Amino acid sequence: MSAAAGPDSSVDSGRAGAGLVSESGGGSVRDLLQSDQSVVFPSRQQYVAVVEELRDTGFETCSDLCAVDYLTHPPRRLPEGVTPERFEVVANLLSLSQCKRVRVRLQVPGDDPVAPSLFSVYPGVEAMEREAFDMFGVLFEGHPDLTRILMPEDWEGHPLRKDYGVGRVPVQFKGAPGPR
Amino acid sequence: MTDPKSTTHTDDAPAAEGEDGPEAGGGAPGAPATQGSAALPPDGIAADEAALGNEGLMLVAETSEGLQELSGRTTTDPGELRREVGAVLRMPEGHVVDPLDIDIERTDDETMIINMGPQHPSTHGVLRLMLELDGETVLRTKPVVGYLHTGMEKTGEELTYVQGATNVTRMDYLAPLHNELVFSLATEALLGVEMPERATWIRMLMVELNRLSSHLMWMATNGMDLGSTSMMIYGFREREMVLAFFEKATGLRMNNNFIRPGGVAADLPDGWEDDVTIICDTIMPRADEYDELLTGQPIFRERTEGIGRISAEEALALSLTGPILRSTGVPWDLRRSMPYLAYEQVDFDVIVGTYGDNFDRYSIRLNEIRESVKIVRQIVEKMPLGDYRVQDKKVTPPPRARIDESMEALIHHFKVFTEGFKVPEGEVYVAIESPRGELGCYLVSDGSSKPYRMHIRGPSFVNLQGLPVMMRGGLMADAVAVISSVDPVMGEVDR
Repeated sequence: MSAAAGPDSSVDSGRAGAGLVSESGGGSVRDLLQSDQSVVFPSRQQYVAVVEELRDTGFETCSDLCAVDYLTHPPRRLPEGVTPERFEVVANLLSLSQCKRVRVRLQVPGDDPVAPSLFSVYPGVEAMEREAFDMFGVLFEGHPDLTRILMPEDWEGHPLRKDYGVGRVPVQFKGAPGPR
Repeated sequence: MTDPKSTTHTDDAPAAEGEDGPEAGGGAPGAPATQGSAALPPDGIAADEAALGNEGLMLVAETSEGLQELSGRTTTDPGELRREVGAVLRMPEGHVVDPLDIDIERTDDETMIINMGPQHPSTHGVLRLMLELDGETVLRTKPVVGYLHTGMEKTGEELTYVQGATNVTRMDYLAPLHNELVFSLATEALLGVEMPERATWIRMLMVELNRLSSHLMWMATNGMDLGSTSMMIYGFREREMVLAFFEKATGLRMNNNFIRPGGVAADLPDGWEDDVTIICDTIMPRADEYDELLTGQPIFRERTEGIGRISAEEALALSLTGPILRSTGVPWDLRRSMPYLAYEQVDFDVIVGTYGDNFDRYSIRLNEIRESVKIVRQIVEKMPLGDYRVQDKKVTPPPRARIDESMEALIHHFKVFTEGFKVPEGEVYVAIESPRGELGCYLVSDGSSKPYRMHIRGPSFVNLQGLPVMMRGGLMADAVAVISSVDPVMGEVDR
């Protein structure tokens, strides 16, 4: 991981969630869990540690992980202190014991689309991170098998990116002669 | 034949590189990892195997998905092999497994990797499994998906919210109304509109009937996979009753496009109570017949009990939901735990298993049919009167009759169907309990009339991750039964 993202990138040695930005005003992971469906904005350095802490506070499972490409809609609503970047990786954690959800939104810059993998925390993100990589080209560091999952292995480009030309490739059949 | 192919390939590659720039990774990032692990075995034998591997790759190049496939034992990272054995190495305190303790000693000669699918009658669509077998025992499994990928999430970005339901309904084609519901709920959460009570109850009636039809279909295909052809016929027979009602109420048997942002497409037809009551009265005794046919039958029990086991820890770690999670003893049903629609006003039980095997999953689905019937009966009793869609002129098109009288109605009608309605900026995640598990919709709006990003969390897609765990150590012949018990719908897996 090369670039430090945003002013909130400093990690406190003791508590991973300290200095965390969230929609409800921020503070630590524990403060956050008061609201019903909350959103957390960690930096890339904090990301895995924050998710680990959330898991330890009772979010047993990661129900969903996807990415969003904000190329054509950069000025979205974000709390103070979060630098908007081109990509966002959104993980939805679920607590079965408390019947709560929390959304972790990680900003990933377009010129360095690398995000830490959550595989070590939630093995269930394996397929979802592969899908996010396949569709957006976000590289997940530490993922055991980061290959395309929905598109063919030799596909070029990442279809859900906003600058992906729709209809650029007419129809693809393996082994069929090209258009010209 | 080979010449034009190779020339097109060389033509394409540099051009695409230029277009995509440095960000487009292609398949490249996966490559170093595999090469790294391939270099692991000591030099002597490795050279031979590498040569063999290359030859193998060349042979299958036309049909191969390359790195997405299950690779040989010698070219797989030991950590990866251990993870397959220990299923998931994240265990709760107390039974932590030391990865190095897990025995993975086996040579390539003893095992063989075979393909099952994508064209296989029992894989429920175009699911392809690569299985590593030791004799008849399954060691490793890797699902290879994507054969039905049609870019529905991308299509969703090009359709307005009014049109969006026609797109999502085609994902899980056995539970189309659930897809429509989750998309509509997400849109309404962003819009901030309040549903009329009748619309909510009509929705609940339709999705419960849909759960019935989906589970009946599952009973049918599961019966067929285990060699019970009569169950197949019975399941389809009962499902047809439900679909006939859908046709009457919505105009279509499947892909109904009935639940839309802002309510439902039409009020229920006259006499719907009778139709629904007949369905309930027929299916309840039929469920008992299935019980008689399958539940007590020794052959069926032999083939399901203790097969495809998964523990609660593994299921949670792998994000599995729905009947699979409930079969392990976790009482998690979104209808009960995080109620949506009006589920807190109806009385039903959450069916939970104990062993997490195929038989538990079968019993859960059979009993969920009964619970759904119970819910449907209550809905018939409690159905309130009122509007079937929200009376917000910006969201709901005006009634046909108004268009002839009112200029404004005409304008609204025109606007809703050409441009659609604008949805305030924001993002939301909504989840409901589909017959297969948690069906989620993550919707991002940029304030226009089309979703900026529409992501569907398909339960089948995630549940497939449980297959390697459930199949390990089982027999090849049981593989079909295990796939069936996961109930994957490939339309939803590949989207």
